[in-house]
Amino acid sequence: MSASGAAIARTDSVAAQRRRPLPIRKVGSYVLLTIVSILVAFPLLLALSYSFMSEFDIATFPPPVIPAHPSLDNYGKVLATIPIGRYLLNSFIVSTAVVIGQLITASLAAYAFSFLIFRGRQVLFFLFLATLMIPWEATIIPNYMTIRSLGWLDTYQGLAVPFMATAFGTFLLRQAFMQIPRELWDAARIDGSTTFRFLREIVIPLSRPALGTIAIYGFLSTYNQYFWPLLITNETLMRTTQVGIAQLRFEESLRWGLVMAGVIMVAVPTLALLVLGQRQLIRGLTAGAVKG
Amino acid sequence: MRWSARDVRSLAVGLAYLAPALVIFVVFVFVPLGKTFYLSFYNTRSTGAITTFNGIDHYIDLLTSETFRSTLLATGLFALYTVPVGIALGLILAVLLNQRLRGISVFRTMMASTIAISAAVGSLIWLLLFNPSLGLLNYVLSLVGVHGPDWLIQPTIAIIAVSITTIWLTLGTNIIVLLAGLQGIPEEIYEAARLDGARGARMFTRITVPMVSPSLFFLLVVDTVAVLQSFTQIHLLTRGGPVDATRTLVYSIYLDAFQNFQFGFASAESVVLFLLIMALTIIQFRFVERLVHYQ
Repeated sequence: MSASGAAIARTDSVAAQRRRPLPIRKVGSYVLLTIVSILVAFPLLLALSYSFMSEFDIATFPPPVIPAHPSLDNYGKVLATIPIGRYLLNSFIVSTAVVIGQLITASLAAYAFSFLIFRGRQVLFFLFLATLMIPWEATIIPNYMTIRSLGWLDTYQGLAVPFMATAFGTFLLRQAFMQIPRELWDAARIDGSTTFRFLREIVIPLSRPALGTIAIYGFLSTYNQYFWPLLITNETLMRTTQVGIAQLRFEESLRWGLVMAGVIMVAVPTLALLVLGQRQLIRGLTAGAVKG
Repeated sequence: MRWSARDVRSLAVGLAYLAPALVIFVVFVFVPLGKTFYLSFYNTRSTGAITTFNGIDHYIDLLTSETFRSTLLATGLFALYTVPVGIALGLILAVLLNQRLRGISVFRTMMASTIAISAAVGSLIWLLLFNPSLGLLNYVLSLVGVHGPDWLIQPTIAIIAVSITTIWLTLGTNIIVLLAGLQGIPEEIYEAARLDGARGARMFTRITVPMVSPSLFFLLVVDTVAVLQSFTQIHLLTRGGPVDATRTLVYSIYLDAFQNFQFGFASAESVVLFLLIMALTIIQFRFVERLVHYQ
């Protein structure tokens, strides 16, 4: 933080020397940024706009951008056509379960990889990282068979349990745990604290930012899943949001206003999460890029 | 290398902490990977039950089939259209966002918004944009005098349409990663280059690009793997068509396993997918990483 603060101060002093040409450049920057931002977000903004249009308005030419007669009818129709409330509930249950599972398994594993010393630790750590090299899609056939033979088709556990461990999250947490001073560990040992109590009372509370990153990342990626829930759910009431709204695409007559209202209802929770948890998300995304 | 009682005890404690994650990895990653290899040598019933040993016949069928050749072509084109353009576009936008201006974070959030958008949501929106009569895309093209194609109906165009959707979906991630890379470049380096008379494009190619090359390399690896694993966009936009033009390897696995119920054959395809991703990652690390400038 202090480094970037210094950098800001430095550019300001450079700017001070050449104050005159700057305002025009600044205005130019703002104009350019506004245009480009709208272009990037355009599909999303368009979906929002279409969700307020009637099918009749959508079919007019040239294709409208702003609703002529904005209404919430499409949202009402979504609620009447598909059990979207149930889909959202399903997605929330599954995503939350995955997050809790990942936080527990990753904390325990990262703790073993950072504080505990035992033979075979390197091999096991390598084994964890190796899972990152195995694409889920390449193992999807046996996984489907496993879930089917467990009788877990159309169940929450079938949707959640396979994703309750995360190598990436374990790695991220291990890095965070290794920042914790070794002296705390020694002091706790002298005080007679057990290994597990040290994890629960010292390590976990000190690692909240990294845990937050894993939680947001895990929630977002589970909530946005499509392939796996499509495969293992058949009952309408067990569908998740993504599979549920995609069903609208395969209906007899495609009602675009309805589809876009569904799209917005499904995207709002993740967009809210992006705004609230941007910092955690960025930390997660950039953790891998720092050192190649 | 003898194991003392203490070694065994400490290993037991370590394993106890690793057990929950390890059980899941074994059941849902390692065993299934082994089972995919195993299944690829067998014939199966439509239930997935193994019937007869088939040796390497599935692989021979695969490598000699016309469909598989077009599958590889579709997969290759998809990656080729998506990854370089996505990274280049991400870099341009990240440079644009790497300015010290009041309110810049609003623009950053707007441009990064696609991070939160699922492939299903993005695909449904682009399905509308590509629509020949209702879609805005061809209307906008007509304004500049271009007669827009039938995006999802022409085989050569359909794979481009899927790529455009994918580029948009990954843009947010690319921007965030590259922006973080740009912010890590010390101001002194720019100043020194400025004193040496470097400006504009020269500054960009000589300073910016080498300095963010670790981020560019990271995205090259991650985006390539992600594209090779894409399913949703294809399922919702084209269902692998027209005439297999967008039938990528993952989509082919889906069709053969879960539509045609040829689990043995689809497992052979899964093995190819696994080896392909492995090979590409190794190649990228061995050859491309040499071009990366680590500080």
